Formats: sequence, structure tokens, C-alpha cells
Amino acid sequence: MKFAHKLGAIIWKDFISEFRTKEMILSMCLFSFLVLIIFNFAFGSSLKFDREMIAGILWVAFIFSGLTGLGRSFSMERDRGTLQGLILCPVSPWTIFLAKLIGVFLFTTVMEIITIFIFTILYNTTILPFLVPLGLIAFLGTLGFTAVGTIFSAISAAAKSRNVLLSILFFPISVPVIIASVKATGIILNGKSLQMVFPWLKILVAFDLIFLLISYLTFEYILEE
Amino acid sequence: MNPEHYIEARGLNKKFGYKTALRNVDIFLKEGDSLALFGPNGAGKSTLIQVLCSLLQPTSGSVRIAGYEARRDREALHQIIGLIGHQTFLYPYLTAYENLKFYGAMYRVARLNVRITEVLDLVGLSDYRNDAVQNFSRGMQQRLSIGRAIIHDPMIMFLDEPFTGLDQQGREDFIKLILQFRDQGKTVIMASHHLHLGIELCGRAAILKSGKIVYLQDVAHISKNDFKQIYAQQVGENAQPLKVAQ
Repeated sequence: MKFAHKLGAIIWKDFISEFRTKEMILSMCLFSFLVLIIFNFAFGSSLKFDREMIAGILWVAFIFSGLTGLGRSFSMERDRGTLQGLILCPVSPWTIFLAKLIGVFLFTTVMEIITIFIFTILYNTTILPFLVPLGLIAFLGTLGFTAVGTIFSAISAAAKSRNVLLSILFFPISVPVIIASVKATGIILNGKSLQMVFPWLKILVAFDLIFLLISYLTFEYILEE
Repeated sequence: MNPEHYIEARGLNKKFGYKTALRNVDIFLKEGDSLALFGPNGAGKSTLIQVLCSLLQPTSGSVRIAGYEARRDREALHQIIGLIGHQTFLYPYLTAYENLKFYGAMYRVARLNVRITEVLDLVGLSDYRNDAVQNFSRGMQQRLSIGRAIIHDPMIMFLDEPFTGLDQQGREDFIKLILQFRDQGKTVIMASHHLHLGIELCGRAAILKSGKIVYLQDVAHISKNDFKQIYAQQVGENAQPLKVAQ
């Protein structure tokens, strides 16, 4: 209960701050909107090509927009001088990590819902028939890249060129989750058998578990200095 | 480990890259002791306080406070300490009440709303309870920072230049609060440039120079002027001019 209480307090604090500033959600949504507009100009509003392209466009929007939010989760704490206050609280580093991860995950999910909504309008398509499997893929994929991003956001927050450092650290490590998410989404959108998605889902689940475990074991040292 | 020592820091060294911030620092304090840390800028006062609070890990050496080992028992240790530092640790977009509510929740303070009202009264910010911290002056933020640090009624107070930004009234109120800590048997460690104020408020004084403790004595019976001379001798001619408390 103690753990849940403190976890809830950090998430509540982040949500109140974000609700008042809208810094993270606004920048993520604007970025994803921009990505969709660019692809819309490039390919036209009616997608007659392979539906795996749709998967690619969606995940480009999700990942790049998500990254703008990820960069802020720890850098804002550090810039405002509140990170030390948080570390000084009687709370485990894992709780801080998990609270930050849940916050970024939820903000990213909101961005993804808005992105999909805009996407269906701009590209004159519907994803309603695939909503449940796509929701599962989006959940696992988003959890994977936000887990990696939260770790690297904490590492890069103290650096001068934190955005460059975050990108350099984030993209090579996230390749498996990006590929698996794009492939799985493409298979679903092409209406192929669900069994074909399972190998990619396994990769996503394994990736998520590995990075949650890594963060559990290492976050104490990451926060230390 | 000597059971008499409430705070026991042994052989502390801290390096930042090639720069050595602390050199073989030993500090032993009993429960209820108060220690003032003096020294010129860059002497290592803030680093020492951060290491004692386990915000920084020492390069070598150990810290044990109230029986807790700083690294191993960090959560338990943080429950009994409060820090007022250069930074206020306040969230600018939250109100004064919300900031205290957040920190109170983190420390699992019982009857939190009552405690928040008490603390806001104590730091003189009751009228600004629902105002966002970003609209506060530096002095008001420092007052609220004091409230944040005492919300969980800590047994040990670390004060790192605590008078920063406080007006005359705020300073007087805070001095009373520090004296109250001492009367309640709480342990106080304060880093300051205010020599007179430091030895007035603390029973012991340490002088740091280039990361090393060059003086550590009881100062209850030493006059302010004598201590000023001791400080000048220890720190040397190149010491920066010191502020004298009002």
C-alpha cells in the first residue's frame, strides 16, 4: 500500500502540472499532426498502397512524438530543481521510475488516440475492425519504447545536449520494438491471420519485460548522480 | 560504530572527475547536537551536506545516521531527515497547499490536512495556500521550502544556506524555528557564510577548506570575535569577505 500511495502521489503531481501547462501533450500532439500532414502530402489522402505503409506512418508518428514527451519527463524535474527533492523523499528509485513511466505512457497513449483519430480523417480510412488487436500492439509497443525512453531520459537529463543524447541512446536500443510493432500492425491491417502476429507479440512482450527488469536493477545507480 | 554517535561520517572522500570536493572528512555527532559548517565558496560545504543526506554517494568512506547506513537504508534514512538547500524543491505549477500535500503524501504524514494548515501557519503563508508557487517571490518560496522540509517533522535538519532570499522577518522567524529544533532535541547541521549567526545557533562549528575539515570544536564558549579570528587564521588571507549577520 505504501508503494501504491507514493506511486500515486508522483503520478498525481505530474498530471496536475501537465494539466496546467500542457507542455508535454501539446508538443507531442503537434508533432504527430505534423508527421501525418507530411505523409498526407507525400502519398495523398487515399492510401491505395500496401497497408504496411499505414503501419509505418502510424509508428513514425507515435515514436517521434513520444520521444519529445520522453525527453521532458526527467529534464523538467532537473530544470526546476525538483529532482533532488524527489530523490530525498523516502521512496525507492524503482517507484520513481515506475511513476514516470506510467505518466509518460498515459500521455503517449492520449497522443496515440488523437493521432489515430486525425489519421482516419486525413487518410479517409478506418481501423475500427482491427481496434482490439491494434490496441494490444500499441499497448506493448508503447510500453516498450516508453520504458527505454524513461531510462535514457533520466540518463540524458543532466547533459547539455540532452535531446541529441536521448536520440543517440534511444533509437539503436529501440529497433527491436519498432520493427516488431510496425510488422505486427501491418499484418493486422492487411487482415492476415492473428497467428502470424504472435511471433512479433512475443518479441514485444520479451522486450518490455527485459527493459522493466533492467530498469528495476539499474535505476538506483542512474538516479544517484 | 560507536553507539553514542547519532551521525557518523568516516573517511569521506568525494571526487567530481579530477576535482576533489571532500578529502578524508570525519564527523561524529550525538543526538541533539548542532553543527555549523563554515568555509569559503567551493570549500565543500554543500557537497558534504549532500553526501550526508545520501543525495550524493561518496567516492570512498561511509555515512551512518541513527543506525541507518546511508546507501543501504536510504528510504528509512530519508524519512527522518529534512533538507533546506539552495534549491527549494518546489513545483512551480502546483499551489502551496498542493506542494505540501505531495511531499506530505511521500512521507506518509498522518492527518495531512491538519499538518499542512499548521505548517502554512508556521511559515506565514496561510493566506497564499491556494496560490501557484510560480507567482511567489524568492523569499516566499524559501518560506514554503522550510514548510516542505518540516512537513514530516524530521529528527535531523540539514540546512544549506537556509537564509537565502528571506527578508528580515522571515530570517527572525526561521532563527526561532532553528532554536525550537534544538530545544526539541533535534540534530541540526547548517552550512552558512554567516559566522555570527552560525555559532549563535549551533553548539559546534567546523571549518572546511578545499574539502578538508581544518577546524572542528565546541564553540558554545567562544566569542563571535574570537571565532572570526580563528576562521581568518584557518581559511587564510585569500578567503572571500564574509557576511556578518544583522
